[in-house]
Amino acid sequence: MPAATSQEDIIISLTDIRNQFGSHVLHEALTLDIRKGEVLGIVGGSGTGKSVLLRTIVGLNQKTAGTISILGQDVDRLRLDELNRLRQRMGVLFQDGALFSSLTVSQNIEAVLKEHTRLPISFLKEIAALKISLAGLPADAGGKYPSELSGGMRKRAGLARALALDPDIVFLDEPTAGLDPIGAAQFDQLISDLQTALGLTVVMITHDLDSLHAICNRIGVLLNKRIKVGTIAELTKEPDPWIKEYFDGPRGRAATRSHASQSQKATSSQS
Amino acid sequence: MTTPRFQISEDKNQTAIQLSGSWITQELNTLLPLIETLPIKQGTSVVLNLQHVEIMDSAGALLLQKLRNRLEESGKDTVLENIPDPVKRIISAIEEHHSKTIPAAQERQGIAVFFAETGRHFLELCNKAGELIAFLGLVISASLRQIRHPGRIRFTSLIAQMEQAGLHALPIVGLISFLIGVVLAFQGSDQLERFGAQIFTINLVAVGVLREMGILLTAIIVAGRSGSAFTAQIGTMKVNEEIDAMRTIGLDPIETLVLPRIFGLVLVLPLLTFYADIMGLIGGAAMTMVTLDLSLFQYLRHLQDAAKLGDFLVGMIKAPIFAFIIALIGCHEGLQVSRSAESVGRQTTRSVVEASFLIIVLDAMLSILFSILGV
Repeated sequence: MPAATSQEDIIISLTDIRNQFGSHVLHEALTLDIRKGEVLGIVGGSGTGKSVLLRTIVGLNQKTAGTISILGQDVDRLRLDELNRLRQRMGVLFQDGALFSSLTVSQNIEAVLKEHTRLPISFLKEIAALKISLAGLPADAGGKYPSELSGGMRKRAGLARALALDPDIVFLDEPTAGLDPIGAAQFDQLISDLQTALGLTVVMITHDLDSLHAICNRIGVLLNKRIKVGTIAELTKEPDPWIKEYFDGPRGRAATRSHASQSQKATSSQS
Repeated sequence: MTTPRFQISEDKNQTAIQLSGSWITQELNTLLPLIETLPIKQGTSVVLNLQHVEIMDSAGALLLQKLRNRLEESGKDTVLENIPDPVKRIISAIEEHHSKTIPAAQERQGIAVFFAETGRHFLELCNKAGELIAFLGLVISASLRQIRHPGRIRFTSLIAQMEQAGLHALPIVGLISFLIGVVLAFQGSDQLERFGAQIFTINLVAVGVLREMGILLTAIIVAGRSGSAFTAQIGTMKVNEEIDAMRTIGLDPIETLVLPRIFGLVLVLPLLTFYADIMGLIGGAAMTMVTLDLSLFQYLRHLQDAAKLGDFLVGMIKAPIFAFIIALIGCHEGLQVSRSAESVGRQTTRSVVEASFLIIVLDAMLSILFSILGV
């Protein structure tokens, strides 16, 4: 993992972001740097604007003030075609997949590729089949419609579509919400495998303490209209009561314990 | 970004292929046909040198895999050399997945598709008819239950539906009926003038509006306005799992959603039809007063002679029947919605088309029946 924070390693940089809806200020002077190749988890209480922050970064929500630079480019200064090219380097997994319901899973992926490449349809189908397999779905899922899939499979299909153009950065909105613990752990593993295999940078909103422990390198806590970033160890030392409650509450402690014993087991079995 | 390329150099029994450039999804279109038509010469082994590959994504790795497969199928050994580290990672990630992907099933072609589609549509039609009849049975049994226990009739919902489907439809139904009266009177007087029978324009308007036009247009407008709304409302609830929630709480969706809509429409469509009849006659009056130079009093006297009570009743008797069909189909299609947003739209279209079609067919059949009965 990149420990140094030289300018080259910063893939997304938010400076002094302000988001305001009417008179309600959601983010104020929010500054965040996302490093290349890391998995950043974003947590925060209800209504602190986690989704809004994610939507602001990917350009679905117009910020009130501040600058966002992605891959070294200031998004406000880009022309439309440059912005579209930049968007091809980002993939988003929405909460329930947001798959196009009138298309099969395979067509969902092909639609993205068709828009941005001039490859023949037979090869697009092969790429789609590969992404479906990468996302851990059985091969026959490609011919199914989103309404025929279970919630967990829809998420995997959404991930396959987000990966269609091999983006550098993937945004995940609550990837493990609504999954059973086994499914959630498998999805965590999938994200972590893909992240190393494809060299992705992952930004995920999550409330799953196990995911935070298992795959996130750093965690950003949305608090008082800003974001506080650090590793779990660093954050647990924070004096803020909400952060304390979050990591030191009964669930937080359980997740810490189980993760510690797991990594112990892993190291002992290695040696 | 540089274009991905490959270059072939040949020795006595070894071929070397130099790969270079960016092997990424957006750039592969020039490369793909070259790889598919790559001439394969004699020789035993091929060395693929990846030293100059700048970047490779999963589609690029897939294409490389295709190239290797082609070479290996023709009995050559392939060796990858000088792979940069990030490229090596992606190649190994793809390798295990590519073997898992299976080719798509063979699709049917030509005339077989035509017959298969025709057969499928016919079976669907039969299925639909069966489902609609089953739904009719459900509605009838639920209505009988409510008649036995009148306390369970949902009056609030019933009145709300009547307001939506009836009161709010008054402006559009009134305007269209008025205009139809005007058009009938104008065209009628224009044609009948040749026979010097202009005064029979009033008969044409009276019989046309009271027997057919009033009810038919009202029914079609209501099918478009309320039938579609029923499907969309119930369909959205279905997508949202609200219908399932109702069942688990012990609320019967037929009783709570379907019956108020059906009875609301059955009660309100005759009233709307009456209103449409009056507006149509007023439209006719407006036009005949201009073209025939009649006073309103004279128009009314002629109208009294021209229109019999039977004409009015023939129109009115159809109203509850059409209302029942519109509401039944609207609610049925709503309940047929599956769990996707797209199906709400599809079922709504279907509901309007089916209701309009059935109304017109039934109207034609009733016209014949009444003329045989001599009403």
